[in-house]
Amino acid sequence: MSALERFRNQYPVADLVVLGILGLLVVVVPVLNLMTAVDSAFHMSTFTVTVLGKYLCYAMLALAVDLVWGYCGILSLGHGAFFALGGYAMGMYLMRQIGDRGVYGNPLLPDFMVFLNWKELPWYWWGFSHFPFAMLMVVLVPGLLALVFGWFAFRSRVTGVYLSIITQALTYALLLAFFRNEMGFGGNNGLTDYKELLGFNLQADTTRVALFVITAAFLALAYLGCRAVTNSRFGRIVVAIRDAEDRTRFLGYRVENFKLWIFVASAVVAGVAGALYVPQIGIINPGEFAPLASIELVIWVAIGGRSTLYGALAGSALVNYAKTQFTSVMPEAWLFVLGAMFVFGTLFLPYGIVGVGRREAK
Amino acid sequence: MRFPSPLLASILALVLLCGVLPCRADDAALSTGLANLKSSSFQTKTGAISEIAESGAARAHPILDALMAGLLYVRQADETFLIAADDTAEATMSNALTGEPVAEIDRDNLKKIGINNQMRGSLTVALARLSLRGPNAGARKLAVESLYTSLNDETLTLLRDALAEEHDNGVRAALRIALALADLEAPDVEKRRAAIAVLATSMNSEVRNRLLAHGAKNDDGTALETDPALLQETALALEHIDRMRKVYGLVETLFFGLSLGFVLVLAATGLAITFGVMGVINMAHGELMMLGAYATWLVQQAMPKHLELSLFAAIPVAFLVSALAGIAIERGVVRFLYGRPLETLLATFGVSLILQQAVRSIFSPLNRAVATPDWMSGQLVLNGALAITYNRLYIIVFSIAVFLALVAILRWTTLGLQVRAVAQNRAMARAMGVRAGWVDAMTFGLGSGVAGLAGVALSQLTNVGPNLGQSHIVDSFMVVVFGGVGNLWGTLVAGLSLGIANKFLEPFAGAVLAKIAVLVFIILFIQRRPRGLFPQRGRAADA
Repeated sequence: MSALERFRNQYPVADLVVLGILGLLVVVVPVLNLMTAVDSAFHMSTFTVTVLGKYLCYAMLALAVDLVWGYCGILSLGHGAFFALGGYAMGMYLMRQIGDRGVYGNPLLPDFMVFLNWKELPWYWWGFSHFPFAMLMVVLVPGLLALVFGWFAFRSRVTGVYLSIITQALTYALLLAFFRNEMGFGGNNGLTDYKELLGFNLQADTTRVALFVITAAFLALAYLGCRAVTNSRFGRIVVAIRDAEDRTRFLGYRVENFKLWIFVASAVVAGVAGALYVPQIGIINPGEFAPLASIELVIWVAIGGRSTLYGALAGSALVNYAKTQFTSVMPEAWLFVLGAMFVFGTLFLPYGIVGVGRREAK
Repeated sequence: MRFPSPLLASILALVLLCGVLPCRADDAALSTGLANLKSSSFQTKTGAISEIAESGAARAHPILDALMAGLLYVRQADETFLIAADDTAEATMSNALTGEPVAEIDRDNLKKIGINNQMRGSLTVALARLSLRGPNAGARKLAVESLYTSLNDETLTLLRDALAEEHDNGVRAALRIALALADLEAPDVEKRRAAIAVLATSMNSEVRNRLLAHGAKNDDGTALETDPALLQETALALEHIDRMRKVYGLVETLFFGLSLGFVLVLAATGLAITFGVMGVINMAHGELMMLGAYATWLVQQAMPKHLELSLFAAIPVAFLVSALAGIAIERGVVRFLYGRPLETLLATFGVSLILQQAVRSIFSPLNRAVATPDWMSGQLVLNGALAITYNRLYIIVFSIAVFLALVAILRWTTLGLQVRAVAQNRAMARAMGVRAGWVDAMTFGLGSGVAGLAGVALSQLTNVGPNLGQSHIVDSFMVVVFGGVGNLWGTLVAGLSLGIANKFLEPFAGAVLAKIAVLVFIILFIQRRPRGLFPQRGRAADA
């Protein structure tokens, strides 16, 4: 059996398509942006590169949601919180990189702290001037929050709708907290006006393209990682929990531990997606914590088709592309379309667009 | 003017005639007073004030009020006196003598009647005297309290006379406090002692200030109060007042908490029915409240002449609008998704987005101003430290009424019986001949209708805009989850305790932190009791 055949046995064709598309993007986008003349018909503007990069970050977030919802049946309405926390960790690093180039020229404090008349850096900002530390936080902060939250929730067997609602409460509480200026995260305005990342100018085309390529690479890695999890023995038990939690428990599995680890893994993926999102978009603010945003990303997965992984990517790409088009052409129609997607998606597309034509299992 | 019938017209004319004739003599005094007001000498004008006050004319009070507020004008052309509604340039005017509105105003031709400090003093006394004779006990009490800061021989005589004639206990207490305030400066020690004892019972902040000043030590260790025993008593009286103020402060916080709690209960009961009884997560619940609030606004637009009654008319309209919308959602979307609660959550969320955008497209994204009828505005002043706003009071009453009505419907009507039967065991209920589909639609309609009623209440408390529902949906869910699904009493207890907890935390932590604390508390609470305060027991609970 050749290596390719072994791969084909383990991964569906769709996985090859996903990796193929990502590989194609990694090659085509830099070529079209950097190696064509600006007035050429084939030129891709840096703005478009950024928008594509944003889609990839959202795709990664959708992947994280599919992992917990599609495979484990945990409908988290607070995954935006993990995304935002990863984003804030990255944003804090980028803020420290500004140095004395801010409006107030304070070498130690970010502008908003000078504005609030703060004298010294709060302790939780310490260390964020070091890139490795900040990257560690990108993984640790969402991961730890998920660990603590999940440990409490799954151990006391909070399930179904109750879990959905308390995850929503979690992200709502964080939203309110981050809106406060006293929290030291820039309040309403969030963190913005970044200058450079690891010494590379964030406004430069090459940096943008490099970020895009890195995002695509991380997405591919995350995809393969999630696929490895779902294909593993661990993944099969998780699916069993989704379909019959009590039976799995009676078979002797510690259900809460499986749920906890899949939840934490998903939160980490979401956090990394947030960290990749911030340098490309150039801002992180409390709006990312809004319960509405978290529910919206669930619909990406539902529209795409859950428990497939590739469906999540397809759904997020489709819905976000539609959103970009509608909000620029006829903004007032977008909520109608999104609302209709929610309704028709759940009513008529139980397996999402990638599952069109698939028969109802039961 | 046209009258519907000659008979009515003649009756009206007769009434008018009877009303006007006896006033003739008073009006003469009033006119003299007014004429003197035009004088440039403040002496004459001060005299004019007492002339007007003593005239006994019905219009004397509003005229003096306007003079005090600087809203009294004289039209140079025909020397008519006019009263402005407010101090803006576009204020409407009315004739000072008749009270009738004046349409054509040449503003350049108007001269304002100015007052000086001396006039202000006699105006205060004159107005207080008029108010002290007024028919309304509340107004008389306010008049007495307004005199606390301007006690002199003249006003004291006035107050003593009033005390002799007064029958209302509240006004009598206020009068005694005013006299005690004066006695605080009396040379007689016993008089001062009695005065301090009386003042200790008052919650008025002016009284507290006077006692503070009375007992405060100067730099050389002396105080206004020279007797050491009385100094002690002053301190004790202040302590008592402060303790009582703290108690009333707690009562006020409790009231605010209750009113917030009842709003939460009102918003959550509808949700508790659809969520608890049917196991359906209705994310569009907030938007159904929004529909109720917009229905209230529309009803007000439709009957601008009857603002006072519009809220009563809005109650059934809002209920029906939201109930019909709810039934449409149930028949169109939810009924295909029974047994899949997470999918209903997503689908109804889609519906909520559509409703929001529909309202935004139809009514514009701006907030709509729903007017508050007179009987709902203002506050009930219990004492100097405690005042209760009428709108919150009525909303509490309304919430209780709606809640009890719902409990009664579920408990004693056929529909309620069928709803409970379907909730407990759908298959068995169907086997007994209950039309489960119809019951589902009615339950959903009932829950949604209650959301509409919540919208009517919210329209009196917050802005009515497309985001009204969104800002309340998370809170409502917290209440339902905290209280336990399928139990209306649980919702009541949960809503009230969350409302009160929120308001008691606010002074220490600020509004936002208090809310965060409550959310964190619920998250932790759910870990301990995953099914809320009052979990549903029995076989159905795990289904």
